[in-house]
Amino acid sequence: MQDTTRGKTVYVKWCAGCHGETGAGDGPSAAHMLPRPRNFTGALYKIRTTASGQLPTDADLMRAIDEGLPGSAMPAWQGRLSEGERRDVAAYLKTFSSFFADTSQHVTALKFSSEPSGGTGAAALKIGRQFYDSIGCRKCHGDQGRGDGPSAPTLKDDAGFPIFAADLHQSWRFRGGGSAADIYHRLRTGLDGTPMPSFSDLIDQKFLTDEQLWRLAQYVRSLSPPEAPEVRDVIHAPQIAGTAPVSPDDSVWGRMSRYWFPLVGQVIHKARWFAPAVTGVWVQAVHDGRTLALRLSWDDRTQSPDSAWLGFEQRVLETVPGDDSAPPRAEPWPDQLAVQFPRRLPQGTGGMERPYFLMGSETDPVYQWRWTSRPRKSVAGLARGIERFDTLPGAPAGQAIFDHGEWRLVFTRALATPDTANEVQLEAGRAIPVAFFGWDGSSGEHGSRMAVSTWYFLALDRPTPPSVFISPVLAMLVTLGLGLVVVRRAQRRGTTRAGRQR
Amino acid sequence: MGKLGAVAATGVTVLVLALAGWMRQPPAAVQGGGTISGKVKFTGAKPAMPKIDMSEEPKCKAKYTAAPPTDEAVVVNANGTLANVFVYVKSGLPASYKAPAPGGPVTLDQDGCRYHPHVFGIMVGQTLAIKNSDGILHNIKAKGTKNRPFNISQPTVMTSERTFTAPEVTVPLECNVHGWMHAWLGVLPHPFFSVSGADGGFTIKGLPPGTYTVEAWHEKYGAQTATVTVAGSETKTADFGFAAK
Repeated sequence: MQDTTRGKTVYVKWCAGCHGETGAGDGPSAAHMLPRPRNFTGALYKIRTTASGQLPTDADLMRAIDEGLPGSAMPAWQGRLSEGERRDVAAYLKTFSSFFADTSQHVTALKFSSEPSGGTGAAALKIGRQFYDSIGCRKCHGDQGRGDGPSAPTLKDDAGFPIFAADLHQSWRFRGGGSAADIYHRLRTGLDGTPMPSFSDLIDQKFLTDEQLWRLAQYVRSLSPPEAPEVRDVIHAPQIAGTAPVSPDDSVWGRMSRYWFPLVGQVIHKARWFAPAVTGVWVQAVHDGRTLALRLSWDDRTQSPDSAWLGFEQRVLETVPGDDSAPPRAEPWPDQLAVQFPRRLPQGTGGMERPYFLMGSETDPVYQWRWTSRPRKSVAGLARGIERFDTLPGAPAGQAIFDHGEWRLVFTRALATPDTANEVQLEAGRAIPVAFFGWDGSSGEHGSRMAVSTWYFLALDRPTPPSVFISPVLAMLVTLGLGLVVVRRAQRRGTTRAGRQR
Repeated sequence: MGKLGAVAATGVTVLVLALAGWMRQPPAAVQGGGTISGKVKFTGAKPAMPKIDMSEEPKCKAKYTAAPPTDEAVVVNANGTLANVFVYVKSGLPASYKAPAPGGPVTLDQDGCRYHPHVFGIMVGQTLAIKNSDGILHNIKAKGTKNRPFNISQPTVMTSERTFTAPEVTVPLECNVHGWMHAWLGVLPHPFFSVSGADGGFTIKGLPPGTYTVEAWHEKYGAQTATVTVAGSETKTADFGFAAK
């Protein structure tokens, strides 16, 4: 039996900080969140298995509590709270709205068909793409699905907060899960309280078939990597025979591993930033013995500054003002990206001491490459904390392309430079600490309002010495030779023994 | 069961059928009842409504040949009256008053990337037919708080139907593909509502005798009420006035 009294106790302890004592989604932490915590008083739920506008089933509520909502601040509570506690709190949530007590409300999960096979094949994806275009997904989600469609800058949720059209290349951040089935369910139910409608009527009216809607879901799924990216600590930069590529679209990059590094809002120093738009960067690296090429790609809805997004930027700043008593005014900031290294590689044994990850300090600065979208340029310099950046004369070369909601940037720099005091010397075979920072100008990001990573490592691999290829062959020959000797001896001994017996 | 029983049963059946037929009668209004009519006046400077840029939808943009479309939040008529004011009986009907929903639907048309009508009324349980005449993607979202919401996609010429379960003045309707598209729907348990038109006038007919609170609701200027008593088949005048803010 579910107990709303016990549920209330759990709610007050664990949930009210974000969702508020009265369930209105206005707890003390709510002002720092975008998307905002759910307001339970309206009984509007994004992730359901019921038709558009219907209440969620109990199982829908339990799933959100148990598994959390990826891409938002809502964690998974399975493992943190007992099943009884989770059930009780779900029952308590329902007391915030009179709709749940209204017996005339239909609460029935839709009957979903099972996924048709062949969903990753070219034919299926082609059909999916056709419906992506014909039912107008691109209006909000954009031509390539990065949430950069023409209607995207006008979107608000039902509470009037700005809302991003989902970036369909990051299925691991989809609130209701990233599988093709999850996507198909969202297409059928819509996301209540958001601009995302239900497409179930289109099946009823024979505009498309259920299978075609599945193909669309499978197409959307295909835009993201098959698995959520795993964060690995070390970026390996192989050495190649030719010259290190300077262009982001050089064919060399197609052969290099991609490394994903998540970024989070800078919430340590004022002005803090709770709504980072750059959720992470993909990094690739390669060198040719003289020059390092570092390729960074990240999703960004806008090529900032973009006047079409100024209104949206203003709404974001008003929604997540951070430390400022009055929200800052929207300005046409550029997009930015920074790559950070220590000035010098740590020396000595156990020398893994690194400067402060958040742009160093007054006494222990860091060496950074900084790129801006407007003016389009790259500089190098020393950062002494967030506030201070002193440009150095030697800048890395930077080449960037903006393509349908994605930036692709390549920095190139000589491995060795004359200014060994300030510019990191990129030695092969060493673990070179590296960190990343991203800014989306159209989300109001500049200065300390940014997305940050922690320290990772870059390793420039040495070219494979010839001995690596020769040694195994030698080893095999030696083994073979020894083997032959042993066999010969055994045979000779056998023959002798046989002779004696006769 | 004797002959008498059969006759009685038939009689009851006829009575039930007749009653059902009467219940089905669409106009719940009293035949020849009272009427409340009036005008919604507007004072002050007529606010300039921003132009809507429909460049993103050439099909819609092409429908405005005379003048570019403007926002419809405030429509002041040539005679100085205010259009799109929802005028309705807020209270005063007897508790026993029951009105079934009319059989026919109320149609909301999406034409030229605008809603027609912009402000309108419907009865609880009556069908709302949502028509897409544009043949381009619209989504239609109802954001009521007393009614459950809905948000459905219409990427082609098609009609979808929905109903409302609870009285609510008003349910905002919007399209998120075209952020300028807004409509307002008053949902009532009775048929006593009207919307001020191009001359600023409204008429509510067929009222049973009584004293009513009549509310005039405007999306930007809010609501005003008046108390009106009608008897028999008389017509009473109730004028409202909104001032520029």
